[in-house]
Amino acid sequence: MSKDEFIIEARGIYKSYRMGAAQVRVLKGADIAVRRGEFVAIVGASGSGKSTLLHILGALDRPDKGAVRFEERDLGGMSGRELNRYRNKTVGFVFQFYHLLDELSVLENVILPAMVPVGVIRWVSKRGDVRRRGRELLEAVGLGERAVHKPYQLSGGERQRAAIARALVNEPKLLLADEPTGNLDSVTGNGILELLERLNRAGQTIVMVTHDERVARRAGRIITLADGRIK
Amino acid sequence: MYKLILAFRYLYRRRISYLALGAVALCVFIVVVVMTVMRGLVGDFKEKNHSFTGDCVVGTESLVGFPYYKDFIEVLEKADFVEHVSPAINSYALVSAEGSQHSIGLEIIGIDAVRHSRVTGFGKMLRYHKDDAARAFEPRGDANLPGCVVGADLWLQRNSRGEYFYEPNPAATAMTVTCFPLTIKGALAKAGTDLVNTKTFYFSDTSESGLARVDSSVVYLPFEDVQALCGMKEPVARASWIHIKFKANVHLEEGCRKVRLLWAEFCEQMQDKPNAEALAGVSVQSWKEHRREFIAAMEKEQTMLTAMFGLVGLTTVFIVFVVFYMIVSHKTKDIGILKSVGASGVDVVAVFLGFAAMLGVAGSVAGVAAALWFLRDINALERWLFERFGFQLWDRTIYAIGEIPHRVDLTMVLVVMGCAVLACLAGAVLPSVRAAQNKPVEALQVSQL
Repeated sequence: MSKDEFIIEARGIYKSYRMGAAQVRVLKGADIAVRRGEFVAIVGASGSGKSTLLHILGALDRPDKGAVRFEERDLGGMSGRELNRYRNKTVGFVFQFYHLLDELSVLENVILPAMVPVGVIRWVSKRGDVRRRGRELLEAVGLGERAVHKPYQLSGGERQRAAIARALVNEPKLLLADEPTGNLDSVTGNGILELLERLNRAGQTIVMVTHDERVARRAGRIITLADGRIK
Repeated sequence: MYKLILAFRYLYRRRISYLALGAVALCVFIVVVVMTVMRGLVGDFKEKNHSFTGDCVVGTESLVGFPYYKDFIEVLEKADFVEHVSPAINSYALVSAEGSQHSIGLEIIGIDAVRHSRVTGFGKMLRYHKDDAARAFEPRGDANLPGCVVGADLWLQRNSRGEYFYEPNPAATAMTVTCFPLTIKGALAKAGTDLVNTKTFYFSDTSESGLARVDSSVVYLPFEDVQALCGMKEPVARASWIHIKFKANVHLEEGCRKVRLLWAEFCEQMQDKPNAEALAGVSVQSWKEHRREFIAAMEKEQTMLTAMFGLVGLTTVFIVFVVFYMIVSHKTKDIGILKSVGASGVDVVAVFLGFAAMLGVAGSVAGVAAALWFLRDINALERWLFERFGFQLWDRTIYAIGEIPHRVDLTMVLVVMGCAVLACLAGAVLPSVRAAQNKPVEALQVSQL
């Protein structure tokens, strides 16, 4: 398989945080490359830096050193505007704690990424299509009847499915999932994993972070992160 | 679009927003009520001064007056911008009422009642001969006796509502007026003889100008009589002021400018006449300039109140700042979520500033609505408070104020509303910028939830 087929590639990633007086080095030269259409699980102990690595891949954080390239484009060379667009269009995030906005309905949460780059006037012409796509996604994740509900009216599994629908609304090339089942019971978590598998079978590239080996085994490839490096 | 939706939801979903909205509404309410009442009082006071003075005056504060006033009146009457003209003499006299052992020093104004009522509101200020100035100096019982019009506060008591106790048939009380006649140079005209001129007048009416100082110190007398009493009839006839009313379409400043030109020309023509030097002290003033001494004090009070209530506006800014600081602190997760889906820092600022603008608009609309309601019933409320608890905003037995002004000025309301919205935006700027600077990864940390 040629190097060009890597959808995202991170090389020599270093990242440290200040914790009180101490400087904690989380990533110490981590490398990762993900091919288009892959379902990769990053596993590691708590504090091993797997979420940090995922955030760096999704441009939610910047590495101290090292380069991240998405489709041959260096994220470090992107302007703030380009990074916003990258987060909006190119990647979709699924978080452990769902991170839905309480003030919006389930449908509004799902279509939020589609609303972000659109002004009021353009929204008038796009509104119908976007809402239709949002409803389709909610149907696809089994929440068709919950569109007008508020996030706090949903169960944990439902919230995570809504979060996945939100991550997919702009048809991102890469789905990043940070402990997507970490806050769910095993049955509900299994449902979420089945949904991710289904998406992957449909061609969606997924990078998932988990500390649970059983969850990781659902992915096509497992990468282990230990002591700030890929083993 | 999501910015508008989120801003609106933050406004009506969060209880703390209602506190901020209440604070904005309260500030707007206070400012609109106070400004309306104060503007009303100042406007009313100005209008009364205008009514008392006419549009423009030509004259001098000097007690000796100025000569050739009749010639200048002729000039003015020919001018196309002048509607009416009235000469007047202002001086001081000792006045004693019939049966009284005491004399009091009062201001006397000599006028031709008919001419003066054409230029000023004199005719409307009369009680017993309202709008019938021709009979202003006709005492009841004997119209041939010399009459005098006395300032209402000199003659009558006021009740707690500020209304005068009028006698339906007032007696023609005699009043002795004593003046010191002066020469045109300012010397006592009758030095070495009996010094003073004295004449008895009979009460014919009261004048209610609404100006406390005027109504408590002025007695109007017929022009010819005051001229004689003050020694201003001979050898050259003099007057203190010429009051002028401009035609309806003449702008005040433009009219005054034209009168100044006419006066300058007139002085040139008169320069070789005897006593022409007395014309040098004559000035041409608009009614605003003529009454500035009194109006300025009120305007100063209005400015001070405006400044003080500007400080109330600062309180609003601080309250909004605190509320937004709290809201932003509680919305860290939302900011992280927005950034994780591609919103920029500017978008985050826009969400919170949109929220602030909506808060400002809603708060100021509520404040203005409450103020309009309150002002509509302010007099009824004050009457009720007075009847129930004896409370009055102003003691009407002392102050020449009738109803509390309650006419709302739309421009002022719009300015106050605009300022309220700006105050909310000012209060929200710092917390919003702080929110925008949050790094998404820090905002989404579990410890922040």
